[in-house]
Amino acid sequence: MARNVTTRHKISATVAAWIVALIIFFPILYTIITSIKTEPEAIAGFSLWPSGTFENYITVQTQRDYLKPFMNSVILSVGSTILALIIAIPSAWAMAFSPTKRTKDILMWMLSTKMMPAVAVLVPIYLLFRDFGLLDSRIGLTVMLTLINLPIVVWMLYTYFREIPGEILEAARMDGAGLWQEIVYVLTPMAVPGIASTLLLNIILAWNESFWTIRLSTTNAAPLTAFIASFSSPQGLFWAKLSAASTMAIAPILILGWFSQKQLVRGLTFGAVK
Amino acid sequence: MGSITLQKVSKVFGEAKVIPSIDLEINNGEFVVFVGPSGCGKSTLLRLIAGLEDVSAGHILIDGKDVTDAAPAERGLAMVFQSYALYPHMSVRNNIAFPLKMAKLDKAIIDKKVADAARVLNLTDYLERRPSQLSGGQRQRVAIGRAIVREPSAFLFDEPLSNLDAALRGTMRLEISDLHHQLKTTMVYVTHDQVEAMTMADKIVVLNRGNIEQVGSPLELYKSPRNLFVAGFIGSPHMNFVTGTYAQSKNAKTAGIRPEHLGLSKDSGIWRGTVKVAEHLGADTFLHLDVEGIGQITARCDGEFGAYHGDTVYMTPDETKLHRFDDKGLALRA
Repeated sequence: MARNVTTRHKISATVAAWIVALIIFFPILYTIITSIKTEPEAIAGFSLWPSGTFENYITVQTQRDYLKPFMNSVILSVGSTILALIIAIPSAWAMAFSPTKRTKDILMWMLSTKMMPAVAVLVPIYLLFRDFGLLDSRIGLTVMLTLINLPIVVWMLYTYFREIPGEILEAARMDGAGLWQEIVYVLTPMAVPGIASTLLLNIILAWNESFWTIRLSTTNAAPLTAFIASFSSPQGLFWAKLSAASTMAIAPILILGWFSQKQLVRGLTFGAVK
Repeated sequence: MGSITLQKVSKVFGEAKVIPSIDLEINNGEFVVFVGPSGCGKSTLLRLIAGLEDVSAGHILIDGKDVTDAAPAERGLAMVFQSYALYPHMSVRNNIAFPLKMAKLDKAIIDKKVADAARVLNLTDYLERRPSQLSGGQRQRVAIGRAIVREPSAFLFDEPLSNLDAALRGTMRLEISDLHHQLKTTMVYVTHDQVEAMTMADKIVVLNRGNIEQVGSPLELYKSPRNLFVAGFIGSPHMNFVTGTYAQSKNAKTAGIRPEHLGLSKDSGIWRGTVKVAEHLGADTFLHLDVEGIGQITARCDGEFGAYHGDTVYMTPDETKLHRFDDKGLALRA
């Protein structure tokens, strides 16, 4: 009897999970479906049955080269993530292992910068970029993305480092490990899973960032977000082509996310689940 | 060699004086247990000896050498932690070998020492496993293995058995005592469990609020506790304390009588009580009684005593084993 109840419970939970997942995934699914419709089909109204043409992808690729914005996206997201980790690892390390009275305040202050609407600093940032000649440059955008995501990276790493039990570090000290050996043999191996999931999550955040990447780039440094945007304005109603461009833009990150699910879930729960 | 001397050692955390001032001598080869209620400073004292905390004042000597300012690794001590503190990413072999690798020993020597330690601790079959694949008792043995390969001058144990279940705790207690007999190395052991203290120690240090209440062998503490605190802390079940006319008749403020020193009878005795709870363990019987004019009394007798909830039982304290305390709580000697 008890087993029947749990089985039924499991089935209903699974069905509910699938429904929620489908609802969340539906916009992406519909984009993919639309991308293999013809333009008349795409504006004809709601339909889940496309004619299955790949014409739009060919058109998108011939009109605008996909490879360049794709490479820009890779450079910007990977570059900004590595830069953020280089800055965040030592700072999170210091805050986790030798906290002071002000540590919590500093962390809060860092997070508070994320609460500010980006548009509020659009003009000053734009002027800074213009005066320093950083507009439409990969370096400028990499720095921008680094700064945007830095608070979250520091927070995540701080939470991971805090999880490393102090007694293990004391044991290493008793065992004769110096500071350097402690870092190399004990701390780093224990911190690697946390660093890995922070890295993955930040790559995704940077890949999807569109506010600044669209506004501060035109052609040379434009990543895939700008690539999609460029299809929406001059060619306004070409839904099928826009969908094809979007699908091409999100495909790499979707694949990356799929293969790193386990690490990502750990990253998203912020160390709450042991 | 491994004698440890504490000279007027004190520790202050901010405003709180955790340890006001302690003098203590631990002889080479002794098994010393620090025991006391939580927050009595016993773990802090151990950490001061280990070098994981800095002393606020005073000196710590190991084998006569002042190590007050020495780093933990320079003191030649090994520590076993309550949480085991194993390195989760290393195999059992590498966990045990870690201190030897830090000491930059030859690989051949390391392998031999690890194999020896593993044999002593029955870990040979588990050397390639990770700590997460071991049971609690096995993890504790790995932690001990990591300590013994270093051949330290003394072992420090910080409540090493409190994460284990009761049965395993009993077994590990024997294993640690056995290890002490084999190695004959000084061991300093912290626990809040007075049974562990009584069964393992050569010398018990009873701590309360950062002060040493008494130092002595288990039986010294049992037979002649220096004050009310030690009398109440050592012994299980706890000593009964009686005040009022009975204590006055013995020329004391408080009279103390251990549960096992009460003669029980169903017909006659000095005190008359009603059984509230009876615990029949087979080997012995514990009775928790309400005694007229005295209060709550716990009595213990060997074997089975057929009394149950609500029964009337008479008690006669064995006066030769009575403890008497003055109004400051200090023991009065006859």
